Amino acid sequence: MPTPRRALLVLLLLLLLAAASLLAALLAGSYAVAPGVVFDALLGNGSGVGAEVVVNLRLPRALGAFACGGLLALAGALMQVLLWNPLADPYVLGISGGAGVGALAAMLLGLPLIFIHGGAFAGALAAMLLVFGLARGDNSWTQARLLLTGVIVAAGCGAAVALILSVAPEQKLHGMLFWLMGDAGQIVSPWPPLAVLAAGLVAALPFAREMNLLARGETLAATLGVAVPRLRAVLYVLASLLTAAAVTSAGSIGFIGLVVPHLMRLLLGTDQRLLLPAAAIAGGILLPLADTLARTVVAPQQLPVGVLTALIGVPAFLFLLTRQPRASA
Amino acid sequence: MLTTAALDVSIGSVDVCRRLDLSLARGESLAILGRNGAGKSTLLATLAGLRPAQGGRIAIAGIELPARDGRALAAQRGYLAQQQHDAFATEVLEAVLAGRHPHLSRWEWESAGDRRIAEQALATVGLAGVGSRPLHTLSGGERQRVALATLLAQQPGLYLLDEPLTHLDLNHQIATLEILAGLVRDGAAVVAVLHDPSLALRYFARALLLFGSGESLAGPAPEVLTAANLSRLYGHPLRRFDGAGHPVFIPE
Repeated sequence: MPTPRRALLVLLLLLLLAAASLLAALLAGSYAVAPGVVFDALLGNGSGVGAEVVVNLRLPRALGAFACGGLLALAGALMQVLLWNPLADPYVLGISGGAGVGALAAMLLGLPLIFIHGGAFAGALAAMLLVFGLARGDNSWTQARLLLTGVIVAAGCGAAVALILSVAPEQKLHGMLFWLMGDAGQIVSPWPPLAVLAAGLVAALPFAREMNLLARGETLAATLGVAVPRLRAVLYVLASLLTAAAVTSAGSIGFIGLVVPHLMRLLLGTDQRLLLPAAAIAGGILLPLADTLARTVVAPQQLPVGVLTALIGVPAFLFLLTRQPRASA
Repeated sequence: MLTTAALDVSIGSVDVCRRLDLSLARGESLAILGRNGAGKSTLLATLAGLRPAQGGRIAIAGIELPARDGRALAAQRGYLAQQQHDAFATEVLEAVLAGRHPHLSRWEWESAGDRRIAEQALATVGLAGVGSRPLHTLSGGERQRVALATLLAQQPGLYLLDEPLTHLDLNHQIATLEILAGLVRDGAAVVAVLHDPSLALRYFARALLLFGSGESLAGPAPEVLTAANLSRLYGHPLRRFDGAGHPVFIPE
């Protein structure tokens, strides 16, 4: 169990790693930029094509990937407590499905980029409110009911996405598939997701100790004075908004939200006071790295980063699962 | 510490109790007995404020239920559930420290003092030195004792325990009952759901019998726990033996 001092040390270390990850994202790419040019560009006195590439292309994309990775990992950690299931991920309740329907519908209609983002956000919110309303119907808020409702809504969204894909003209399919797999290339500005990430952490941390108790069971939490229904509502709304912000920015990037909280739990233990900020930063470390790989592996062609996170995430997760069979279940 | 007035509790079609008046002061103990399905656990959860009563009122240390401030209530009353569930791996000491939650403000971390209290609680239940072990490597009985240690670390004035002896070997059953008796001597109030009338008579000053029909019988344990009452309670003839110091009830 961490002490405040140890928690701070761990977080500082993770922040250093995050800085290294962002630096790697700025240095690597199909257009070669010398490290000196990168540093000059960061300090604001660079010029030329190299500096342009770093400041206008790579920096926003790296920061955006940091924010989305953090959002997904934090949302996953919250969702795992909410559903009392270490294998839950931010998409299990249909948020990404709703966003997918909204974004693809906008693409099908040939609307400009801003409407694609708007459609994704509207779809995510609609799915969130639908699941919230249906699962709360009898005011019982049981995990099973919430999970079932979310899974069914997600299945419905999946069907709608498949319908759009099947009627879409061929030249639009490529963009739609990239959106569905998640692609940091669509991040317009890193600031909205960064702001949501900061706000989400600030909103979640006061509830961290109550989440520790909820993770140990709702009866125990209620016994020790946690207002369980209120805490569940907070978790649900927070996790949903964080997920919506992430998928709106970069599409539904998989596995970060499932694997990162799990990895942090194995490394650092289950105390949410450390786990939540650690997962947020670790997600921000991994996604820029994965995106850098996605940009460079088969350069000049770019892969959607969601493919890489899944390709890395699946074996990593299976490895963790076989190595610590009882820790997670 | 605990008072009820005209308390009505029911679950499904079962009337657990009707117009029950109870008053338990500090230093008093009460055993709740009844047949399976009579609603013992339901009544205990209602007394703990974990489910609403169908009528009447409950007050714990002057706090009327339902309590508006859950943490203030939790500082006064502890509750041991019948079963312990865990979805995530936790260290034993971390699990016990959960009991300190009602005593900490929102941003506070557990202090060295809280740790001492948790370690002391573990030692009391005979689990000194297992603090750093993962909870899921413990046996059912050991986990039950970790739950009891969590309750002890909470240090409430009123202890509500739902079948605290399940999963426990005989020696640990007696050790647990001795711990509860010690709490009562130190001025706490203890209410426990029990299955064994002999142990109830030996360790509890008062008893409450639930007949499963809304009818209940409460009073000093020696007056309530008679062979006749218990035979009617369990629907099976019981005989009392006064052999080795403590009376025992044996089914015929």
